[in-house]
Amino acid sequence: MTYRALELLNLPEDEPAFLLDIGCGSGLSGEILDEQGHHWVGVDVAPSMLEVALEREVEGDLFLQDIGQGFGFRAGSFDGAISISVIQWLLNAETSHPTSSPPHRLTRFFTTLHSALRNPSRAVLQFYPTSDDQIQLITSIAQKAGFGGGVVVDYPNSKKARKVFLCLFVGSGGAQQVPKGLEGEEEAGSGKAMFEARRERSGVKRSDKKRKSIKGKEWILKKKELYRKRGKESVPNDSKFTGRKRKAVF
Amino acid sequence: MVRLITHNLLACHAKGCTTNNFPLQFKDVSIELREAELNPDFIKGFLPRIEWKALVDAARQLGDTTLPSEMPEMVDDEFLKNLHHVLLEMHVEEGAMICPNCSHVYAISNGIPNMLLAEHEIA
Ligand SMILES: [Zn+2]
Repeated sequence: MTYRALELLNLPEDEPAFLLDIGCGSGLSGEILDEQGHHWVGVDVAPSMLEVALEREVEGDLFLQDIGQGFGFRAGSFDGAISISVIQWLLNAETSHPTSSPPHRLTRFFTTLHSALRNPSRAVLQFYPTSDDQIQLITSIAQKAGFGGGVVVDYPNSKKARKVFLCLFVGSGGAQQVPKGLEGEEEAGSGKAMFEARRERSGVKRSDKKRKSIKGKEWILKKKELYRKRGKESVPNDSKFTGRKRKAVF
Repeated sequence: MVRLITHNLLACHAKGCTTNNFPLQFKDVSIELREAELNPDFIKGFLPRIEWKALVDAARQLGDTTLPSEMPEMVDDEFLKNLHHVLLEMHVEEGAMICPNCSHVYAISNGIPNMLLAEHEIA
């Protein structure tokens, strides 16, 4: 699904982008973003999931954040945003407090997301609505926040493979056509195959980022010594200039 | 991990905190250096998004003095390398980020900043 979301994001080919992964969970999408050469920030409300993402050693920055509280990113920070199976959670009221009603949460989410994205750009949010009313509520609030675009449904007639994507546009509203959903009865996952086949055809070859090594101890010691020599007071004295892998401890 | 590329985009999002809420100030931080693959086009493309003074101040606070106070007009390889290092290879692992306006403390633990707000802080 991440591959399909990236396809719908329609980023310029072969350029690494700076992306937001909304509800990054354990870093499954993040691994794919890494592999595609993108830089990214992932936010998730579940510390246990972020812990798994740390163990996975993904490259993105991980934030403990409740998307219903809104984002604090400056205007135009990201080249795009993706979200896999997350935003339906915004439809649940977290507490009885008025700020946590679904319309409030959705409004803060879409307003601050819209502002955090560059103009033009896209956000592709795959989610699981339980009714058409839910789709209606979500799209109307997204529109009020300034987004164009609409809903893309892949395999609408397949119970198993049906997927709903909210494909939102920032800027150049009318110029962008909402992409067509995939048709037929294909099984889930064929979207990935299509995307990869297209990449192969276009001859895009990305470096295998995951295989690269962590910088040698020598390099780090050199940097450490350099910082020491400068003797700056502000150098954090408890810095861990080590090449070791991080431990996931919460 | 909080890299400076992300720190440079991050303002406080607490209720009513809309001015003087950037950049968040690092406090009691420890950092790790981790290699990242240099992509000159990405760095060049990202330049217009950077708040330069905030980046230079943050880098210096973390001990890196390679960046000039003013963003140079000519971008050479040396500069790109240094900027790449500051943006993507310095990871803040522990400590906190503090809002210069409302003093909200975003604690960073095990590389992950806690951006959760209390009920009364939600806009
Ligand atoms: Zn603040």
